[in-house]
Amino acid sequence: MSEPLLSVQDLRVGFATEEGVVQAVDGVSFDLRPSEVVAIVGESGSGKSVTAQTIIGLTRANNARIEGSVKLGAVELTSADDAEMRKLRGERIAMVFQDPMTSFNPVYRLGDQIVEAIRAHRPDTSKRAGKERVVELFEAVGIPNAERRVDDYPHEFSGGMRQRAMIAMALAREPEVLIADEPTTALDVTIQAQILGLIEQLNRERNLATILITHDLGVVAEVADRVLVMYAGKVVEEGTLDEIFYDPQHPYTWGLLGSLTRLDRPRPHRLPQIAGSPPSLLELPEGCPFRPRCPHEFSKCTQYPGLEARLADSPAHRDRCWLTPEEKRGKRQVEGQIGLEAPR
Amino acid sequence: MSTEPSAERGPWSLALRRFLRNRLAVAFLGLFVLIVVFVLAAPLWADHVADTGPNQEHTVEQITVDGEKKDVVSVEGKPIGPQWFGAGGKFFLGADSRLGRDEMVRLMYGGRTSLLVGISAALLATLLAIALGLLAGYFGGWVDSLIARTLDVIWSLPVFLIGLAVGIALAVGGLKLGPLELSSGSLWNPILIISIFTVPYIARPIRGEVLSLSQKEFVEAAIAQGASPARVMFTEILPNLASTVIVFFTLMIANSMLFEAGLSFLGAGVQPPNSSWGTMITVGVELLRIQPLLAILPGLMIMLTVLSLNVVGDALRDALDPRGKARLDAALQFEAQAGATRPVGEASLS
Amino acid sequence: MIRFVARRLVGMAAVLFAVSVIVFVVFMVLPKQNPAQSLAGKNATPLLVKNIEEEWGFDESLPKQYLTMMEKVFTGELIQYEPRLPVSDRIVEGIPATFSLTIGAAAIWLFFGLLLGYLSAIRAGGWLDRILTGVSIAGISVPVFLLAPVLIYVFANKLEILPNGQYVPFSEDPAEWLKHLVLPWVTLAVLSIGFYSRVLRSNMLDVMNEDYVRTARAKGLSERQVMTRHVLRNSLIPVITLFGLDFGATIAGTAIITEAIFDIDGVGNYAAEAVAKFELPPIMGVALYGAFFVVLMNTIVDIVYAYLDPRVRLGETASG
Repeated sequence: MSEPLLSVQDLRVGFATEEGVVQAVDGVSFDLRPSEVVAIVGESGSGKSVTAQTIIGLTRANNARIEGSVKLGAVELTSADDAEMRKLRGERIAMVFQDPMTSFNPVYRLGDQIVEAIRAHRPDTSKRAGKERVVELFEAVGIPNAERRVDDYPHEFSGGMRQRAMIAMALAREPEVLIADEPTTALDVTIQAQILGLIEQLNRERNLATILITHDLGVVAEVADRVLVMYAGKVVEEGTLDEIFYDPQHPYTWGLLGSLTRLDRPRPHRLPQIAGSPPSLLELPEGCPFRPRCPHEFSKCTQYPGLEARLADSPAHRDRCWLTPEEKRGKRQVEGQIGLEAPR
Repeated sequence: MSTEPSAERGPWSLALRRFLRNRLAVAFLGLFVLIVVFVLAAPLWADHVADTGPNQEHTVEQITVDGEKKDVVSVEGKPIGPQWFGAGGKFFLGADSRLGRDEMVRLMYGGRTSLLVGISAALLATLLAIALGLLAGYFGGWVDSLIARTLDVIWSLPVFLIGLAVGIALAVGGLKLGPLELSSGSLWNPILIISIFTVPYIARPIRGEVLSLSQKEFVEAAIAQGASPARVMFTEILPNLASTVIVFFTLMIANSMLFEAGLSFLGAGVQPPNSSWGTMITVGVELLRIQPLLAILPGLMIMLTVLSLNVVGDALRDALDPRGKARLDAALQFEAQAGATRPVGEASLS
Repeated sequence: MIRFVARRLVGMAAVLFAVSVIVFVVFMVLPKQNPAQSLAGKNATPLLVKNIEEEWGFDESLPKQYLTMMEKVFTGELIQYEPRLPVSDRIVEGIPATFSLTIGAAAIWLFFGLLLGYLSAIRAGGWLDRILTGVSIAGISVPVFLLAPVLIYVFANKLEILPNGQYVPFSEDPAEWLKHLVLPWVTLAVLSIGFYSRVLRSNMLDVMNEDYVRTARAKGLSERQVMTRHVLRNSLIPVITLFGLDFGATIAGTAIITEAIFDIDGVGNYAAEAVAKFELPPIMGVALYGAFFVVLMNTIVDIVYAYLDPRVRLGETASG
């Protein structure tokens, strides 16, 4: 097993707000190896975006408290000073954001913004060399007419093209790690597939380790090697893609899987859904955070469950649920497919 | 455990709490209330303390101060200075100009006019702006074009200058527009001028909000249920404008008062026998060397009123749109907490 | 771009036309009294009034009256009656003073306004921000007619460092020109500094929360580069347009009160005197002059805005 490229250990991020401290990330750990794709899945407010942004240091603020460790190789990112972080961003770790519409500055030409990204790390690059590189990158990500489009403004690109351009910008300095925060959420379904395909291709061809943040398990199935499921700031299940999809251990994961509509199965009477809504991080329930929404809760659930591997033969597959593996296997099916109990 | 927001924490009570937490704003609100009380007390003071009216002249009279007799207006034409309670409250702040009128009484009565004109103009402008904004934003199309263009034309005029011009024209000749007739000294002249020329200031943001609100689903839903345009505008859109309207109305009073003061100072606003703080400054500037208080006092009153309204309006804006400021407040709060306590998350785990 | 400019110029002409109509209606149609009487002024003789009536054709139809008025304006025949002078001449005489006042004050308020706004924004929430915000709010609440008399009283009457008013042309004596303009500049500037600093602060805070600023940080730009190239560049656009409008308004004579109190012989003061004497023709003339400048500046501002923000220029395509 090769050394992890990126190692996150017990990361905690809290924010002070008017109404109290919000613990957005509460103990997240995972390793990322070269050319691996790790997907972090969860609803809004689960802490997945904050985790991603904290890795790259974007959540540093007066009202944020960051604890734990994020190591890129030998460099400890949580304690690196601003100058060090600046040098890493774009150079060793690059990030692609959710909304390509607003992620580019509307008043500058798109090509110029990518050249800016290059010159941030190699200031001696000439404008012409920079532009040539941009054309190269555009071609690599599949933007047609690259030569001409370099001089266009962001609003002259369609959503999908803009996202490709974002990815191109992220690749400019050939980073080791790519973090994609909901890269397809703002796009049409057909474009989504294209962008995912692109990410998967880049991961394969360039050995680009990738962290993919999303709320959509369908997206995960396309590209991920390993999956972390987050809820209320905590990881509730983690494992390989196959383990999560074929042998999910946590009721929340069942809910996520169950709410996927599938063409290859007969339609259930009702689409299983997860009752209730995510808890306010200011008023977390006692014990297991999922307890109020879980149809299978029992007496032990008022005790906070640890993240443990409960299946003897899968030491890397861990979950936070007190149910025994046999109980889980029994309870997770609804009308023959994985999901939480359908609403009555 | 329920995660629904409790009923008492409605958006209005939250906003009110936020506003009350801003002690500076509350203090200035208090100041504004004091000023209003001050001007409302004018008749009381005039009748019972100063024993004179705002336009009564005492040029050749004398008053008794601590047993001594003093000229209200000296032989050289210098008006007497503030007597405070020396003469039983008469000429509390001294006399104004050669005419020997009681400055304190004038200040109070002038304030009534200034506030009256300012608030009326702001009210009228706001109502017009709401009406125009609703029509333009909701109906779109040619209605919007017409209204927006008209607002643009007014907006692009040198508003004060034209207001001045109109003010003078009306001061000289009064107004005759069909059935509407106003005499040249009517207070409605400045009120109308100010409100018409300041309508675009509020109407544009309201129109913008109505435009975006009209696209929202709850409006579509109401229409789909068969609600008439009037009903939709009143029950769905209008309530959502409330916070914008409240903030702008407050700021508009301040603006209108400054506008009126400017017009009156130059003689194109409030006409004699009415007087406002603005007209008082005209007199005061002439006598600046002899008695600077005559210019400073009314100016100070205007400034305190406008300042209070601006601070309160600003605080209302923050209270009703918490994102920006609340984040800053929280940042400062965390600074204080950092290092002193452990993060909350750990505490809830046990 | 050419088409954009052309459209704007047409718009400008349309607005000027509208303004002239408004001036006409306000002065000739609305008032109760005979417009000839209004034009002649307070101390007019009945003969003068009759002459004016004939000259201006008040017995003819309204549209014809409007045309007569416009004719007079353009041929420089708009005259005031006491003393008998063409209005346009007096306006032209007043321009150097008004321009000196406006340009100097504008430079001061722009520089300090932006400086304070920038400092407030980057230290948002801190003690510096609070103080500057307080100063700004105080600044926009101070009426000209409080500040000016106070400044005059303190600096001219009591301390006697600076003159208490009047204008000395630059060509006559540069040092005196400057000395006489210091207090008026400060008066005008104080009001706007507060306003501009708040606008810039507000814009910057908004822009700092935009996604593209986050992207700029994520690609490794230094904080300074993020601030200047992305935050400031985008925050300043609305400020520049605002400045253009303000500048136009001030040149147009909104500095009228300042000119009046400091006794500066500019266009504004001309209008103020006319108001005091209830003379209509000069006011009409100044109103038209003012409107022209405001509309001109508005148009320039629109064009500059289009240059700075390509979305306006090229028209935003429907996003895919």
